[in-house]
Amino acid sequence: MSLPDAGTGWSPSDKQRERISYRRSRTIRSGLTAGSSTLVVLAVLVVGVTSSPGWPRVRDTFFSWPDARHSFLPVLQGLWLNVRVMLICSVLVVIFGLAIAILRTLRGPIFFPLRLFAGAFTDLFRGLPLLLVLYLLGLGGPALRLGGLPVNPLIWGSAALVLTYSAYVAEVFRAGIESVHPSQRAAARSLGLTYLQTMRFVILPQAVRRVLPPLLNDFVSLQKDSGLIAVLGVIDAIRAAGIESSRNFNYTPYVVAGFLFVCLTIPLTRLTDHVAKRQGWYGGGGTATI
Amino acid sequence: MSSADSLLSIRNLRKSFGDNVVLDDVSLDVQQGDCVVLIGASGSGKSTLLRCINLLETVDDGTVELDGVELTDPRVDADEVRSRIGIVFQAFNLFPHLSVLNNVTLAPIKVHGVARAAAEQRAMQMLDRVGLADKAKARPDELSGGQQQRVAIARALVNSPQLLLLDEVTSALDPELVGEVLTLLQELSEEGMTMVLSTHEMSFARQVADTVCFLDNGRLLEVGTPEQVLLAPREARTQQFLSRISF
Repeated sequence: MSLPDAGTGWSPSDKQRERISYRRSRTIRSGLTAGSSTLVVLAVLVVGVTSSPGWPRVRDTFFSWPDARHSFLPVLQGLWLNVRVMLICSVLVVIFGLAIAILRTLRGPIFFPLRLFAGAFTDLFRGLPLLLVLYLLGLGGPALRLGGLPVNPLIWGSAALVLTYSAYVAEVFRAGIESVHPSQRAAARSLGLTYLQTMRFVILPQAVRRVLPPLLNDFVSLQKDSGLIAVLGVIDAIRAAGIESSRNFNYTPYVVAGFLFVCLTIPLTRLTDHVAKRQGWYGGGGTATI
Repeated sequence: MSSADSLLSIRNLRKSFGDNVVLDDVSLDVQQGDCVVLIGASGSGKSTLLRCINLLETVDDGTVELDGVELTDPRVDADEVRSRIGIVFQAFNLFPHLSVLNNVTLAPIKVHGVARAAAEQRAMQMLDRVGLADKAKARPDELSGGQQQRVAIARALVNSPQLLLLDEVTSALDPELVGEVLTLLQELSEEGMTMVLSTHEMSFARQVADTVCFLDNGRLLEVGTPEQVLLAPREARTQQFLSRISF
């Protein structure tokens, strides 16, 4: 800050001292205002909810400590499945999403069928509710009873997640590819790089950097949507919570599962924020022509 | 001048964007080692002519020959042609995600299959040539405009092009930085590099050009030595254009 500097012999003028002390007092006042308003809002919420006539009942059903303790381990074991599904699906989603995005940007008449396929794919799977895709694949797939096809609902459920999220992620990638200024393509082609080399070494590295925050956001979403595969009977965190909850008709295990999901996604959301912030320094700015 | 002994030979070139005819019946010969300067108002077709030579635009009619090979033949390998012609753009167009060194080595490694060590050694020579060897590890956005443009020139030179195209390479630079780029270009020309460049720097054109071409509305109105075109223009339109520019 504006402290006297021994090296240059400069010390702030009275005007500057006055400004500093004024700014300091404003900072303290803002801090106090923020703190007290937060307290008031919290107090109103807590009092409002706990003084409602049904609160004791709700508290026993959703926030029962013994139930939380008993269900914690089974739900945590279920969550481990979600984590594995999420990790494997993420990798596949990146691969498929990128492939679909590149197919959609290919030019030339020979690629028309591929472009058409990629366009139809994104339209279809962005439009279909994930739950529907899960039912269609998870229940319909094994019911075909084709030799060679897996019957494991876990595999079908993951396939549904991959298909749906690939469609979203493909559009994110495509937006990134198209956001790279055409002059970059011209510069690369003028050096003799082929279309694919230009894509690989010039366009994609810039495109991926730009779309990293929205991309990570999609993976946060994938992480929690992995809980939907519970509808296929796989014992993940949600399903485990359901089993625990049905022991004595108490919903606390669901709250435990929800708490664990939030804990799981927070690191990734923080990472997303961090990347987005860095992007602001290094990527977001810059003129359209560089 | 006949097309037989010239390095670059442009015949009856035509290019239009929709109804807008940008180049109309342009013919031009460039001899080995020549510096040809294109002048003319914005929108007169200077950039398009350079982009057509480098096959960044497909021509509507006419031919471009480099070293006796017709580039405008659709059967020609455009990527191979481009790797023999260097181009430098007004807006530098460096790759922002790569270091200065990697900007220069990308084409040698990926297009010409040069080993990394050899490519880096040659790139360092080129960067040294443009006076920026100490910036090899920097990213383009850490450099000034003049430095970025000199890196772009090094990137174009590293392929040892037969022909160097420069499209208003000083237009995005402030007056102080213009000097460092123009000095570099003059040195390259004196070393025998064949260049076609468009510019609004008339005094530079006078110093360095062997031939000056005045383009107006897509037509090559006047071609001659700098003394002829800049000091004693024949065409009324050329006189009018030059009268508005002080140099």
